[in-house]
Amino acid sequence: MVDLPRIAVQAATAAAGPEIPLKARLARAQARARRRAFLLVLPLLLFILLTFVIPIGQMLQRSIYHDGFSGAAPALVEWFAATPAGTEPDETAFAALASDLLFMKERKLAGEAGTRINYAVPGSRSLFTAAARGADRLTAPYRPALMAEDGKWADPLLWAAMREAASPWTTDFYLSGIDMQRTANGGIERVDEGSRVYLALYAKTFLLSAVITIICLALAFPVAHLLATLPMARANLLMILVLLPFWTSLLVRTTSWIVLLQSQGVINSLLVSAGFIGDDGRLALIYNRTGTIIVMVHILLPFMVLPLYSVMRVIPPVYARAARSLGATSWTTFRRIYLPQTLPGIGAGVLLVFILAVGYYITPALVGGADGQLFSNQIQFHMSKSNWSQAAALAAMLLAGVLLLYWLYDRLVGIDKLKLG
Amino acid sequence: MALPPYADPLERLWRIIYLVICTLIFLFLIAPILVIIPLSFNAEPYFTFTEKMLTFDPAGWSLRWYEALISTGMQAPDAADGWWSDMWANAAWVKAARNSLIIGVWSTIVATGLGTLAALGLARPDMPYRRLIMALLISPMIVPIIIVATGMFFFFSNPCSIIGVECGRLTSTYAGVILAHVVLGTPFVIITVTATLSGFDQSLIRAAASLGANPRITFFRVIMPLILPGVISGALFAFVTSFDEVVAVLFIAGPEQQTIPRQMWNGIREQISPAILAVATILVVVSIALLTILELLRRRSDRLRGVSGR
Repeated sequence: MVDLPRIAVQAATAAAGPEIPLKARLARAQARARRRAFLLVLPLLLFILLTFVIPIGQMLQRSIYHDGFSGAAPALVEWFAATPAGTEPDETAFAALASDLLFMKERKLAGEAGTRINYAVPGSRSLFTAAARGADRLTAPYRPALMAEDGKWADPLLWAAMREAASPWTTDFYLSGIDMQRTANGGIERVDEGSRVYLALYAKTFLLSAVITIICLALAFPVAHLLATLPMARANLLMILVLLPFWTSLLVRTTSWIVLLQSQGVINSLLVSAGFIGDDGRLALIYNRTGTIIVMVHILLPFMVLPLYSVMRVIPPVYARAARSLGATSWTTFRRIYLPQTLPGIGAGVLLVFILAVGYYITPALVGGADGQLFSNQIQFHMSKSNWSQAAALAAMLLAGVLLLYWLYDRLVGIDKLKLG
Repeated sequence: MALPPYADPLERLWRIIYLVICTLIFLFLIAPILVIIPLSFNAEPYFTFTEKMLTFDPAGWSLRWYEALISTGMQAPDAADGWWSDMWANAAWVKAARNSLIIGVWSTIVATGLGTLAALGLARPDMPYRRLIMALLISPMIVPIIIVATGMFFFFSNPCSIIGVECGRLTSTYAGVILAHVVLGTPFVIITVTATLSGFDQSLIRAAASLGANPRITFFRVIMPLILPGVISGALFAFVTSFDEVVAVLFIAGPEQQTIPRQMWNGIREQISPAILAVATILVVVSIALLTILELLRRRSDRLRGVSGR
């Protein structure tokens, strides 16, 4: 155990310097250096926390918190709390419902409450707004009175949904995000074949991203190899051809592809005038999946070329020469000697392009048509419909996927290896 | 790379095929950008080369879409007096360009300042939690833009909600859009400045100190000139990021903060007219200029750091 009072004395006479053991002074100097380094980073760290991390956190909270119904139906919330799950709604329940409908009418909350239930049981929104409109005319006994207005009020699914929504904390939005729904007795099941959207959309987003990544790799590899093996002066000149697209506005590039690919556009006109296709047989190259793939490959290609290039540039040519002199064919040399050395670049490029592709929004929105939409576009769709909780749940799922890939990138490549141009 | 003298005919043939493939890929990269330049001078509202354009008939070419850029939104494009003030105040694209510049310049200044400071800290060997903090600070570049924009949309509509009070909003304000673009721009500044610092000889700092320079003088006379190329190229990246950004603008900006990309977005979604090609051509010229500056900076940086580059 160290003699504590003595250290305190030493700290008090720190100015005296020489009496303090070297180790302690070193530790103190290191702590000061650490503090200084951290202080330099601190302003940006606070800024990013405030304008980036907290907003995203708040938004994600909406995916598990929705008080549209629980805030508008106090009496029902109480009744649900007092009864176990699966209880048949009796007259007290309907009385609570009637008083809540009146509450909603007075505070104009019926739309919001109905919307919350509507996520689980489609068609409920109008049920609530209609019932709230006539809430002041309801008299006891309430069950027959409400049933007379609309038979749907007896629907056990509706009551299960209301019980679920009685707590503002919910996993409903994640359930519907994986095409599941609640059953009347509290279990979960897959939604009908026709309304399954999301799982297919994940599959499509990942598949399209994979296709885009593979095409990018196939196109970037020869180009990066050429750039890496040319003399520096000529390589720099050709590099401009890669960097110019990289620096050109995304919307400009998307516009030019629309001009090139649309049915009255340059490529189709060329094909028609060359006689390859008839005037009525113009190819649908854009506003569909093909368009999304072509344009996104063009936009993401530099992100593949740059990491590949920086790895290939430093591969010494002597290994390949040695392999040839030992009798390997050029194909064997490429496959067994050159290719393995480019793997770090391939890994970096593939991961980066895939990460960027999975979350892409602008290009699919502009040239994707109906079947070239990706996951981000679905989030925007729910935002535009004010389904904020559903948008947040989908965003959380996308974010989880991207962060996983990002973590992988950091482990395999290292963030500090990221280079631009 | 020339072929080695021992190459056999098959390899020579493959070499030619390989060069053809590379040429085609370069063409794929660059042709779409170049093709819009002549098309923006089309006299007809089409997106393809007309007969007259191909025969270089002057009647097939015109500047009408560039005129359209200026006159769209103007009250009286033909009036002689007050033309300038009319254009400055009302022309839709001019307003968008002005907004883009204001937002771009301010977000670049803030992003470059914050990002350079942070990069200086991150490059120090004593930085605690270096990897984690770096990952966090770079993440605005990786997290899908739709998620960032959605989060900011909610947060900026009531930014004081975190301390539980109501106070104005940042949506539909310049400040809101600028803040969003700062967030998106800082990763680029950090990446370029840390890259410059990685080649920085730390003993220069000790040399300066031993020659009697205090930390302030060391920073301004020794460190700053050496990392300046990295800082400037980071600033260019931040500016281009802001200048090209549309999703955050879609979510956060109001009608008063429409930028050039936002205006193009509208144009592409509603009816695409060759006026967009005129804007695109101008932007391509701008990006060529930026690329040239960047290349000159890179050479200067290499020279200063003693990297031969050849």
